Amino acid sequence: MTDLPSNLKANALLSRWVSVAADDTLVIRSGKVELGQGIATAMAAIAAAELAVPFEKIRVENTETQVAPEEGWTAGSFSVEHGGSAMRWACAMVRELFTAAAAEALGTTPDDIVVTDGVFRRKGANEGLAYHQLRERVDLEVEATDRPAPRLIGGSADRPDLHRIDLRAKFSGPGFIQDMALPGMAYGRILRPAHPKDRLVSIDRAAVEARPGVVAVVIDGGFCGIVAERDDLAVKAVEFARKSARWERTAELPPMGEANAWMDAYEAKSATFIADEGEAAPAAFSHAARYSRPYIAHASVGPSCGVAEFDGTKMRVWSHSQGIYPLRRQIARVVGLPMEDVTVTHAHGSGCYGHNAADDVALDAALLAKALGRPVMVQWTRADELSWSPFGSPGRAAVSASVGADGMITEWTYDVWSPPHLARPGFGDGINLLAAWHLAEPHAPSPPNDAPRPQGGGDRNSVPLYKVGKRTMTHHVLPERPLHTSAMRALGAHCNVFAIESFLDELAAQAGIDPVEFRIRHLDDPRAIGVIRAAAEAAGWDPADAGGEGIGRGIGFARYKNSGAYYACVATVEVAETVRVTSVVGAVDAGFVVHRDGLLNQIEGGVIQAASWTLKEQVRWNEDGFAVRSWADYPLLTFSEMPEIRTVVVEDPSAPSLGSGECAAGPVAAAIGNAVAHALGVRVRDMPLTPERITAAINAA
Amino acid sequence: MTSSPTLETRSFSVNGRAVTVHVPEDTTLLSALRHDLDLKGTRVGCTEGYCGACTVLVDGRPVQSCNTPLWSVDGKTITTVEGLARGDVLGPVQEAFLLEQAAQCGYCTNGIIMTVTGLLSQNPPATKHEIVEVLDERHICRCGAQTRILKAIDRAIATIGGAAR
Ligand code: FES
Ligand code: FES
Repeated sequence: MTDLPSNLKANALLSRWVSVAADDTLVIRSGKVELGQGIATAMAAIAAAELAVPFEKIRVENTETQVAPEEGWTAGSFSVEHGGSAMRWACAMVRELFTAAAAEALGTTPDDIVVTDGVFRRKGANEGLAYHQLRERVDLEVEATDRPAPRLIGGSADRPDLHRIDLRAKFSGPGFIQDMALPGMAYGRILRPAHPKDRLVSIDRAAVEARPGVVAVVIDGGFCGIVAERDDLAVKAVEFARKSARWERTAELPPMGEANAWMDAYEAKSATFIADEGEAAPAAFSHAARYSRPYIAHASVGPSCGVAEFDGTKMRVWSHSQGIYPLRRQIARVVGLPMEDVTVTHAHGSGCYGHNAADDVALDAALLAKALGRPVMVQWTRADELSWSPFGSPGRAAVSASVGADGMITEWTYDVWSPPHLARPGFGDGINLLAAWHLAEPHAPSPPNDAPRPQGGGDRNSVPLYKVGKRTMTHHVLPERPLHTSAMRALGAHCNVFAIESFLDELAAQAGIDPVEFRIRHLDDPRAIGVIRAAAEAAGWDPADAGGEGIGRGIGFARYKNSGAYYACVATVEVAETVRVTSVVGAVDAGFVVHRDGLLNQIEGGVIQAASWTLKEQVRWNEDGFAVRSWADYPLLTFSEMPEIRTVVVEDPSAPSLGSGECAAGPVAAAIGNAVAHALGVRVRDMPLTPERITAAINAA
Repeated sequence: MTSSPTLETRSFSVNGRAVTVHVPEDTTLLSALRHDLDLKGTRVGCTEGYCGACTVLVDGRPVQSCNTPLWSVDGKTITTVEGLARGDVLGPVQEAFLLEQAAQCGYCTNGIIMTVTGLLSQNPPATKHEIVEVLDERHICRCGAQTRILKAIDRAIATIGGAAR
């Protein structure tokens, strides 16, 4: 018998997951929140299938701490894997309870009852009873048990046309946290420094208070919030306050240098985590290379936003956080309230790709609401988004390997340097919320950390799935770093897969073996081989294609976290000075597919974002502090630069669903890097692959 | 004590309705729409003229409302995303975006819908190529919904009957 999913065990009361409304809609609550990835729709599809009701009858309630099941963070591509299976089991049991109630009401036994379209009928009967007609008879205040097992129906094959449940409303009107308005709500903005090591000393407070529309200036240590009757007036008041602000520089930053050279200025904590015993087989040749990726910004289109209200006893907070439960505990500690008196409700925000500033701005709002006793909305400016939001952590990898006369890798040494990738609120004992560090009585952050392997952080996906002989692998963590880092899509996998897959191509070329063939020879896992073959076939891979003349193609592959979805792709590029990615043809194996269009949409988004990171993106600093302050400083891939994207789904309905939101990042980066090398005959090993670096590589050849 | 801002009065038409607002000087069209008229389908993005999330139509032309001062639209005709549907029937561009599921988070979408609506209703309608040039210059999508957005534009062009190329 299958075990109950852990998220359901931890939230066993069925009423937390499902309730039946009088109007015959079925209300579901998931601890997994909508981040723009379509999870609410996937949950609704799962519930509809298990409850045997039309999809339109499912209503997904916004997640609220005291009501919904506690499911930790919505992160790491676990939502469908964990949250979805818990929902599936909970709904299966609800259906069973209603079947029993229907049997009783209709004077028969449960095995004589069939349920379709949300109506329970006796076999062969036309009439029956709907969920809402039975709701008085069923007590959902009961704990889930391990039967019945879910039916596992209603997957992609059933509903290829499934549409996202939230988009119609968003395309016609309000739909995001920024659109909320509570009665009497005021608008706060925070005055933050332009250098990461600056701290606010003073402002001309009276002058700021006298600005039009300003309701309050809240100063607590180095934290300064300005609240006004209108948001635009709050923004102006902050600009005005900045003119009189005095700052204290607490430290200087090392110069950035090229390809993360600044890392040498920091002390690393090094741990060799794989050191295979024995002798490596004899080598025909050896090769070594280094790769890097810079700091990357979340850079959501909408500003980070938090709303809070405080009535003197209880506080309510609305946030687009990935983890409203941990956020609730952290906010309660900072504002000094018992946790029971704080409620956090999830509200939709602009696209979320990891631990962005959502939690930080929620605390900003909570501090101001507590100080004022009236509801406050806080939004961040673009400049603050691009400087004070946590960044995706940079990485640097050094690889060396030997290859035998048979073309098989005999020995593999890998070193990766990276600041920690995890500083979410709720990790460790400290308070991981920006404003808390600046208060007069500051809270210390938890020491930043990485998740243990196999999840890993900077070392995520650093262990190749390939057979590479005798391995020595070392992770060098840089706990001190110039800019704040935390989880961003794929974590270290973007850098590590780029490094591993680039290096494999370099080895294959020296061994004179086709890169696709070289990979397959080094793999045992049939699902890995399956997606590589499927991608190569879909892309019309031709081993004889010699590339050159600025046109090239390359392959990249990884199994995300070595335990999630398999994804391989072939990128084609045209390189003049700039790299133009013309197509990305991929294959994904994510096990059982719940919502096919949602899966494809996630992959597509992942491909485009990864191409953008790989070609263009880089957070920078200089002696004045943050050097990326507006979109002009941080260009993304544009509409005319979109590659053609095709994805083959290699579905294994008998395998459990695997998260797919992050699986494309590394393989796409590697495929582009390999395609550029194929096109030019020289390789660029540092991301982003800018025109300057392309030119430098050509000149050095 | 809160010092009240000096207010000025502006009148214009929004989605076919004549409106008058009393707003602080230098108020932008974006602020007036969202704060004073409660039309929040127009999104607040960078407020610096880069991302296009705030785009609306002024006399039929797509304009970034975050850097459009309200005085400059006195007496003009504004259309926001709330003004595209007729009853339950979405506007053709909205409908095309919905049918193509052309969004991840959907935050950038309404601005793009307004730009495409404006460009396809000019005479002659803009070509696909011209639309993409405008998107490159004035709109940002971070989620990677661009390929779907481009498909939605193809669909909109096909329904509205603009020149597809
Ligand atoms: S909000 Fe107007 S262009 Fe970004
Ligand atoms: S869909 Fe999220 S920014 Fe475009």
